Amino acid sequence: MRSFADYLIALLLAPLLPGIINRVKAFFGGRKGQSVFQLYYDLQKLVSKDAVYSTTTTWVFRLGPAVALGALLCALALVPAGGHGALAAFEGDMILFAYLLALGRFFTVLAALDTGSSFEGMGASREVFFSALAEPGIFIALAVLARKAGSFSLESVFLSDNPVTGTPLLLVLAALFIIFLSENCRIPVDDPNTHLELTMIHEVMALDHGGPDLALISYGAAVKLWVFGALLVRLALPFGARGAHNGILFLCGIFTVAIVAGVVESSMARLRLNKVPALLLSASVLAFAAFVLV
Amino acid sequence: MSLFVTALLLLAASAVSSLIFHSRPQRAALCGAGGAVLASIVGLAALFVHGGPGSGHCGSLSFPLALPGVNFHILLDPLSKLFLAPMFILCACAAVYGAGYAGHDKRTGPGFFFFNLLTVSMALVFTARDAVLFLAAWEMMTIFSFLLVVTDYSNAETRRAGWIYLVATHIGTAFLLALFALAWHKCGSTDFDAFPKAFAALPFSAVAAMALVGFGTKAGFFPLHVWLPRAHPAAPSHVSAVMSGIMIKTGIYGILRVLSLCPFVPFGFGALLAATGLVSGVLGVLFALAQHDIKRLLAYHSVENIGIIALGLGVGYMALACGRRDIAFIAFAGGLLHVVNHALFKGLLFLGAGAVYHETGLRDIDRLGGLLKIMPLTGVAFLAGCAAICALPPFNGFVSEFLIYSGAFKMLPSGGGAGYAALAVVAGLALIGGLALACFAKAFGVIFLGEPRSKTSAACDAGRLMTYPMLALAALCLLVGLLPQFAARFAAVPAAQLAGGGFAAELSARLLPVGIIAMLAALAIAALWLLRDLMIDSETSAATWGCGYTAPSAKIQYTASSFAQPLMDMFGLGAVKTLEAPQGYFPQKAAFSTHTPDMAASGFFVPVFRQIEEKLSRLSVIQRGVIHAYILYIGVALVALLVWALL
Repeated sequence: MRSFADYLIALLLAPLLPGIINRVKAFFGGRKGQSVFQLYYDLQKLVSKDAVYSTTTTWVFRLGPAVALGALLCALALVPAGGHGALAAFEGDMILFAYLLALGRFFTVLAALDTGSSFEGMGASREVFFSALAEPGIFIALAVLARKAGSFSLESVFLSDNPVTGTPLLLVLAALFIIFLSENCRIPVDDPNTHLELTMIHEVMALDHGGPDLALISYGAAVKLWVFGALLVRLALPFGARGAHNGILFLCGIFTVAIVAGVVESSMARLRLNKVPALLLSASVLAFAAFVLV
Repeated sequence: MSLFVTALLLLAASAVSSLIFHSRPQRAALCGAGGAVLASIVGLAALFVHGGPGSGHCGSLSFPLALPGVNFHILLDPLSKLFLAPMFILCACAAVYGAGYAGHDKRTGPGFFFFNLLTVSMALVFTARDAVLFLAAWEMMTIFSFLLVVTDYSNAETRRAGWIYLVATHIGTAFLLALFALAWHKCGSTDFDAFPKAFAALPFSAVAAMALVGFGTKAGFFPLHVWLPRAHPAAPSHVSAVMSGIMIKTGIYGILRVLSLCPFVPFGFGALLAATGLVSGVLGVLFALAQHDIKRLLAYHSVENIGIIALGLGVGYMALACGRRDIAFIAFAGGLLHVVNHALFKGLLFLGAGAVYHETGLRDIDRLGGLLKIMPLTGVAFLAGCAAICALPPFNGFVSEFLIYSGAFKMLPSGGGAGYAALAVVAGLALIGGLALACFAKAFGVIFLGEPRSKTSAACDAGRLMTYPMLALAALCLLVGLLPQFAARFAAVPAAQLAGGGFAAELSARLLPVGIIAMLAALAIAALWLLRDLMIDSETSAATWGCGYTAPSAKIQYTASSFAQPLMDMFGLGAVKTLEAPQGYFPQKAAFSTHTPDMAASGFFVPVFRQIEEKLSRLSVIQRGVIHAYILYIGVALVALLVWALL
């Protein structure tokens, strides 16, 4: 019941995260910035719009956003994305978690290729390139947690009596933070503010989507921030088995992650495209170092 | 058992009858495909009479042959049944497809003759329990598949591909011959039942090395895979489907069979098998990414998937050596289930590639595009195959990879080498998964989506005979993915035999939540699709947003080569790029092409074979073409033998 409440809270509050990040960036830029609720307004506006489709596209283009969000909603159910357990937990759910994200990515990429636009083709190509390099990093980081906990369910890893601590914890957190930035297409991997620069990835794949389709995509991006943020928060903060304040602790944690992401985006530039693979591989290396230590 | 033999006889009879009707291709196709379908139904029934693939029940048949000491001994045990079930399913689908593919071609009759006999020989390979019978079936399988590969014999490229295949596979067979001869020498019998004694007496490393090279050549382990990327594009598509889906699995079957006759499999062998799988998997998918020919791309993916199977089996043997039967059971079940799953989705993908080739006459991905609009059913089936091979839920590929991952994850906490080996498997599978996703996003995206890149003659979905088998295989892929707990039962008994313990119920319990979440994901997607439909009242059509550029052409689309270029540049597989740069102020012509030669072929086999050819060419002096000389050789040989006998 509590996990179900957590799940609903995640669905409800996820659009706050991009708002917080933008607000932090505005603060560092010396601007007032948009409201933290901006994404809610955007979603409301997009939902009430109609759609314009390119004559090149097929049903794959229309299916893309639905698959991307559907897969994410299922992945969210597997993560203890709140102060309590996950909505669904079983041995091996971390594997399913990673492949559900891959399912969403596959259809996002196909939808981009369906437009026949060279911009979107470029974004799709880079998306699969970086995600293929990030994949080993995610799995090695999960392997560290599984090795320590002796179980490979996300929930039991985070509720384990024998949690990862000390240096290995810092290393895994660093690896997961890099993956958090790359999977959510944030600086230094991708810049969510650019549409028409040759370094863009995620935003360009959504270039031809509009109306309700774009609403699904934008909402999905917010949920994805929540999903990966939850992994970081659950790992970094000490959650008691039945603590009453777990929920509040978690919310503080996830908003802190958003603030940190905003600070990172304000304080550094996007990496040159050919440097990104090194960053992603460093996530694998950090996670491997943690594996050696646990 | 009688049903199984009936199925084989039916296949043989339909093979002969399609040869008889070779002058009337349509009747020949009817005989061949009809016989194959009927035989497959009877064959599957035979498996179920013996309790189905998930039962430990065996049927056997044995009678002496004319050769002294050699019996015709076949046995349907759980391992055989596991390989036979996808074989019957895929061969039936491929035969129906082949009937549509061949059309009025004069080669239809002989084609079906070879195809059905290939099926018979594969069935015998999977059931033979006598070394001589096994090798005979193995050789038949090689020859019939060779004849099918060179169906289009008027093409020089095809003849060369066939030749390479024949040489490669016979080198493998030589190792098997040596292995079985050694075993026979040790125990004095050619029956597999007597082999455990022989293998116990032989050093394990020798047995393992010969089995790995001999069977590995057929399976297509890197670097023994060189024949695959040549033979598959050359063969007709339904033949490629069966060769890739089933025939290369005889190599996996052989390794498992030989090892099941060994008294003990050390940890090192499991690690070696997993390492081989890792290398095959990663390099297979990387070379696949570099390809422009859709069938060659799929051929490299066979190398990748054989690698994944080897990873599963490797984890199984490592766990077994560490005394962890529970882990071994899960990993073996994953590897074995991947055999079945790969047969389904790779068969489907080859049939889809064949349909594209049949309708457009093109195999070059970079010249295709936008086919989903004109070949909708082929597109849907191919997309299902792509999702399945990328191991995306809710399709079948995920189920088997999930089990292999599970085995590796459970082995992570073990100390020492086992933990690190498990980590290598996990990270390797993750990398393979990510790269496979890139590769199939490229393949499906460039072939079926966007705008056509060249003028293709009015293509449409191929006939029903070709489309329905693809849809059937796609439905099976989805079914296994949605109900993994039932599908896993097929692999449970053979896996339990290999691991020496384990229960189907445990496997089902492990997979039940996967199936439920997969179904929920499908439901969530469907619900969002409906929601989106509700939100959109009217749709407007327009051109793709070209960022202000108003005269786009299909040529500005991303191609397969440009899509894969970042990964290719990073992994540097020795791609050869040729650039004809535009010249002068008014450039007329420019061209750019990339070609990625296979490193195992160009770096190892070509130089080695050239050396051998140089050395052996000196012997050509005795080949004079003069009949007197040959009579002299025979005389000398006879005298020499006489002298040897007298001494």
